[in-house]
Amino acid sequence: MRNEGNILFVGVGGQGTISASNLLSAALIELGFDVKMSEVHGMAQRGGSVSTQVRFGKEVHSPLIEKGKADYIVSFEKSESLRWLGFLKEEGKVISSLHEIRPYLVNVGKEAYPEETLKEMTEKGLSVIGLNAQEKAIELGNAKAANMILLGILAKELGLEKALLEKLIKQYFKPALQEVNLHAVDTGYALA
Amino acid sequence: MKSLMTGNEALARGAYEAGVHFASAYPGTPSTEILENLAKYKEVYSEWAPNEKVGMEAASGASIIGARALTTMKHVGLNVAADPFFTMAYIGVNGGFVIVNADDPGMHSSQNEQDNRFYAPHAKVPMMEPSDSEECRIFMKKAYEISEEFDTPVMIRTTTRVNHSKSLVNLEDRIEVPVKEYKKDKLKNVMTPGHAQRRHPIVEERLVSLTAYNEHSTLNKVELHDKKRGIITSGISYTYAKEVFGEEASYLKLGMTFPLPKALIESFAKEVEELIIIEENEPYLEKEIKAMGIPCRGRDVLPICGELNPEIIREAFLGIAPKKMIPMDSVAPTRPPVLCAGCPHRGFFNALKTDRDIIASGDIGCYTLGAMDPINVTDTVICMGASISAGTGMQKVLELQGDEKKKIFSFIGDSTFFHSGITGLVNSIYNKIPLVTVIMDNRTTGMTGHQENPGTGKTLMGEDAGDINIPMLVRSLGIKDENIKIINPYYQDKAKEVIKAAKACKEPFVIITQEPCALLKEVQILRRNSYVEIDQEKCRKCKTCVRTGCPAIYMKDGSVFIDREMCNGCTLCYQVCPFQAIDKKGDLINA
Repeated sequence: MRNEGNILFVGVGGQGTISASNLLSAALIELGFDVKMSEVHGMAQRGGSVSTQVRFGKEVHSPLIEKGKADYIVSFEKSESLRWLGFLKEEGKVISSLHEIRPYLVNVGKEAYPEETLKEMTEKGLSVIGLNAQEKAIELGNAKAANMILLGILAKELGLEKALLEKLIKQYFKPALQEVNLHAVDTGYALA
Repeated sequence: MKSLMTGNEALARGAYEAGVHFASAYPGTPSTEILENLAKYKEVYSEWAPNEKVGMEAASGASIIGARALTTMKHVGLNVAADPFFTMAYIGVNGGFVIVNADDPGMHSSQNEQDNRFYAPHAKVPMMEPSDSEECRIFMKKAYEISEEFDTPVMIRTTTRVNHSKSLVNLEDRIEVPVKEYKKDKLKNVMTPGHAQRRHPIVEERLVSLTAYNEHSTLNKVELHDKKRGIITSGISYTYAKEVFGEEASYLKLGMTFPLPKALIESFAKEVEELIIIEENEPYLEKEIKAMGIPCRGRDVLPICGELNPEIIREAFLGIAPKKMIPMDSVAPTRPPVLCAGCPHRGFFNALKTDRDIIASGDIGCYTLGAMDPINVTDTVICMGASISAGTGMQKVLELQGDEKKKIFSFIGDSTFFHSGITGLVNSIYNKIPLVTVIMDNRTTGMTGHQENPGTGKTLMGEDAGDINIPMLVRSLGIKDENIKIINPYYQDKAKEVIKAAKACKEPFVIITQEPCALLKEVQILRRNSYVEIDQEKCRKCKTCVRTGCPAIYMKDGSVFIDREMCNGCTLCYQVCPFQAIDKKGDLINA
């Protein structure tokens, strides 16, 4: 397990970035880290681009991740990983869902959707894990569990023990939602 | 025991631990979750008030009668509540009285970027600025001590990044404080001119005592490291400064930023070679410190507009620019906020969006998004409640000019109507202004994340409440029965018919759209199996459905699709499709 890190969760309002970062933060606290997390509420939640930031280490001052300093960008939507790419360290990694949410201007042909952006990132030498987390979550029985698949991948990357995350999922989710989210984290660990 | 909390959770925790008895507030980002969290502690009575002024006054009354009282609001909420705020500074307190004011630098969810630190000297109320969640909890408890010791309301001023960032908090037990005895004291509690004239000098003396207190207060911290550069800062800016300079600078971190500890600032300034002030938005501290005759700088290189962050500070003082992004050929599409899939507001906006004779006076809430493409209906948005009152001014001028073609429609949500829309409607009735008021009743306070309001039938603490009947209220104010129309906003034909009648009416007219927010849990359960699908064989790709702006509808490889996960069967696209190419699926609730 590394001794400090900056994780940026990004997506479209309503996709569950806050739940994923809450669970990660809880795990990091159990491991004795100082943790700061920053989220945005209100207007931006309504289908706009959103980010949640988690910073951990021995002592964390600012809750904000600076440009070029994120170790991981975890993106719930393909084009959002591109929007926030400026925050990634050169040696950082993008974990992105291939899921697309196409904004209005793309639908009416005034803007293009960056279909091949993850491929371009790889070509430019960035480290990228791409998968359709939403499709996989639907296969598991609940589209909303996509965030736990992505969290599973991140947790494996960070070297977090799966048992810790499983324990927290049991505390965090209602019994009816525990099984699908446990499966989702499992799927994430297997994919990393 | 340590717990990871947002600033808002920690402020609630602090109020609980301080033995607060009574809390009243109106929701507003970024302050909303303070009362939502306080309501979880059953020892404290917490309520949603219809607006910030009522919240401030309810809490003022609770304090005067002897209880420890709290009110919270976003920055623009203090404008609404400024009247009682300024006078409570004269009256002072019986039980401790704390006001939390949450500013929103960067305007994540606000209509302006006002820096409310200036309210403290203006109203002569002491102000504290916590930097993280633990300080939110500690400062809240300290604020009640100061409030009661100095007989003054105390303002805790936070910013979005304090309210919505999480950090570790120590938990302590609640101190049970008895409600103080109430004694009639007209000279103190009745602000007639004569009494207020006697109170004002007391307020000025109080500021002298508070300054003396602040000189030695534990709320301020001096950290001496490298003395070449001394930094005076407060609130979230302290964490940014530490991030950038670490131990390569010395700090005077001010926890209480009004009235300022002049001697402390002077002695810190003498310790260091260069004094810089790091603060977000306005140069509040810098102006005050310069006025003390102490040379300092900061604003010459820091911006007034927008949120501050460590990168800006590093570039401003050290000349180190943020890292450049790896250049990419692909570009992320713009993604402004939009009304959700199945949002009832979209239905009504869609029914009138092609009518160029309607000028739309908008308001604060999700329906502000009626101004965005492709809805593009709303012409103006000022502040809470202004839709109707600004609409009366617009409609009157049209009338004075003899313009009978154009018509003003005011759009306001249920919670905003209760907040400050009612008085505007009174104006339209009293002055016989033939304005069309559209009350978009979605049975919740949507934008701030589903708070109860006087129309929902539930209180903040989850009890049943008397739900105020909007049609009856409107009728009792004097809108004629035939000029009140209640509709389901999804049904386009009916909506268009009502819009036509409203446009033609020469008297004040009210349309009430009744349909709950599509994100409410009970609505989501109800519509779980309700959706529509495109019949690809019939679809001529005319994009009429796309132009409703519903985020569930998208184009890929030249074809139109509807996202099954997002769609909840509102049927608006089904109704507008000219080729009957959309099929209703599942147990459809609408149409």
